[in-house]
Amino acid sequence: MSTPHGSPRVFLVDDHGLFRSGVRFELGGQVEVVGEADDVEPAIAGIAESLPDVVLLDVHLPGGGGQAVVTAIKAAHPQVRFLALSASDAPEDVIAVIRAGARGYVTKTISGAELVDAVRRVAAGDAVFSPRLAGFVLDAFSAIPAAGGGGPSFDPELDQLTPREREVLRLIARGYTYREIARELFISVKTVESHVSSVLRKLQLSTRHQLTRWAAERRLT
Amino acid sequence: MEEPTGWPRYRYRRHGLLRWRGPRGRGPLRRRQSDRLAGGVAAGLASRLGFDVNVMRIAFVVATVFTGGTFAVGYVLAWLLVPADGADGNLAGRALTDARGLAVAAGIGSLSFFAWIIVSVLNAGWLSNLVWPLGLCVAGIVLIWRNAPADEQAAMRQLAEPVLSVTGGEGRSRIVLRVLLAAVLLLGGLAVLLSGHSASALLRPLGGVALVIAAIVVGFGPWWLRIARDLVVERQARARAEERADMAARLHDSVLQTLALIQRRADDPQRVVQLARAQERELRSWLFEGRAPGSLDVMTLADGVGVIQQEVEAQYGIAVEAVTVGDCELDDDLGALLAAAREATVNAAKWSGADVVSLFAEVEPAAVSLFVRDRGRGFDPETVPGDRKGLAESVHGRMARRGGSATVRSVRGEGTEVSLTMPRTTGPRTAGERQPSRT
Repeated sequence: MSTPHGSPRVFLVDDHGLFRSGVRFELGGQVEVVGEADDVEPAIAGIAESLPDVVLLDVHLPGGGGQAVVTAIKAAHPQVRFLALSASDAPEDVIAVIRAGARGYVTKTISGAELVDAVRRVAAGDAVFSPRLAGFVLDAFSAIPAAGGGGPSFDPELDQLTPREREVLRLIARGYTYREIARELFISVKTVESHVSSVLRKLQLSTRHQLTRWAAERRLT
Repeated sequence: MEEPTGWPRYRYRRHGLLRWRGPRGRGPLRRRQSDRLAGGVAAGLASRLGFDVNVMRIAFVVATVFTGGTFAVGYVLAWLLVPADGADGNLAGRALTDARGLAVAAGIGSLSFFAWIIVSVLNAGWLSNLVWPLGLCVAGIVLIWRNAPADEQAAMRQLAEPVLSVTGGEGRSRIVLRVLLAAVLLLGGLAVLLSGHSASALLRPLGGVALVIAAIVVGFGPWWLRIARDLVVERQARARAEERADMAARLHDSVLQTLALIQRRADDPQRVVQLARAQERELRSWLFEGRAPGSLDVMTLADGVGVIQQEVEAQYGIAVEAVTVGDCELDDDLGALLAAAREATVNAAKWSGADVVSLFAEVEPAAVSLFVRDRGRGFDPETVPGDRKGLAESVHGRMARRGGSATVRSVRGEGTEVSLTMPRTTGPRTAGERQPSRT
């Protein structure tokens, strides 16, 4: 799928034309932008046609949430990867896009270089967590009952973060890059990546009803 | 940095039972500030020898009981002589230069000496064994209290609070409690006297005791009185100094910050007027309406973090990436935590040169942690001039006065991270109750 010289092919989905051209400019020559769309329907058609490596996806679109795009494409083209990108969102929307299959979430405050880096990571199959997503996930998994107390469907493999994963997420939330986390915890960058990917997997596969209900409850507390 | 304090808790969870021995620590013995109960001697010794800290504490208590209090003197001595981790030099070194503290300790020492004479005159042998360790401990603790750094004092105050609240209060129930306590002690004392002598023979030694006490009071009374008076004067002076420090921190956060901003925006008269007007309003509301400048008018911690984010983004034109995990209601301690965090964020916005500042708050059952990080130019904390109040007073001082802690990690060219931790207190308490000397 990648172009011969290794720069990932990217598709932009955002309802603001200005923002799309901004991102296009920031990504510069470092990735190949193969198309863009401003709504759900054109996005699905465009992505199916150009089959990019990575789709940069706004969480909010006029014709429905970003997760509609992810769900539609995932069924037919599982090799296309999604990175959610947006200004500021309610946690439940972000979690919904991730659970639909996006491999990461970054905020629009991200710098150009960091965005390119994030796109490369997603293209390589890794997960990309922004500080905010790390915070959401810590919050979602912290309402955890003690092991075994989560009802009949509780699966400790999927419904709980390991202490190490928690540590990694905390450092991401504190604004550390993967490399800085690796140095802080005396582990390799690869290990950090695998921790983050494992958290992403838990986030997507956990059937803990708290995870789905969490966002709604969070607003009450 | 978090690893050493973190692991015992993980072990608890994983095995569900108390772990007796871990790996031995290295390096000289230090009093551990992180999981201290009193002086941190047990924690330091435990981590040095590899025992669980609770095992060590139990051993200390048992030793104290079996040695009839002598061991407690050893503990206080260790408190004085063993340096705290991260500190250079022990408390004893500082205590030696504290003339007034030594006088108070000598006063207490002489009091317990006379008490010991009286008790041994009365032939109550076991009581006399108890009096001198008690006197030495109290004298030692006085020296420690007077020479300990602010955060250690805060920890001691927390420890002494339940006792002080029983004896020091003014409420009706407390007076009743106090009278009851005195009555019980008096009865106990009389019982001891009577157990040593038959009732008829009691009068003679008692008369002698009265004479001895009178002599002591006449001889040493004025000296003790003067020490007590000096102490009161000094406490007032300290309260004044603390108030001054608080005021300086507030003025720094508001007026001095605004003046610095005005200097930077000197080319934009409209903005200067705007800043000056806002500052004037804030200062007036503090001086005449008693509302603290920079005080956050919010209910929960997450709201407070949000306000800091908005204000700093609006004032300094940089992005603040704020993340909060969990939430809780604000009290005075957490208000101070937020104020310190705000100051750290403003500092990062002003000096670091980075265009994003990360702000991460996590509410845990026992404590609230807050991290302010930038990837800017960094600085050397040692070389910050003393008149720069920001870090020393607004961050460190503010946290220490409330029993919290602050650490700054900065590497030139890589950025700065300020970590703040404030323990959560259970139940609502007011500042007046905790610090009776301040009004």
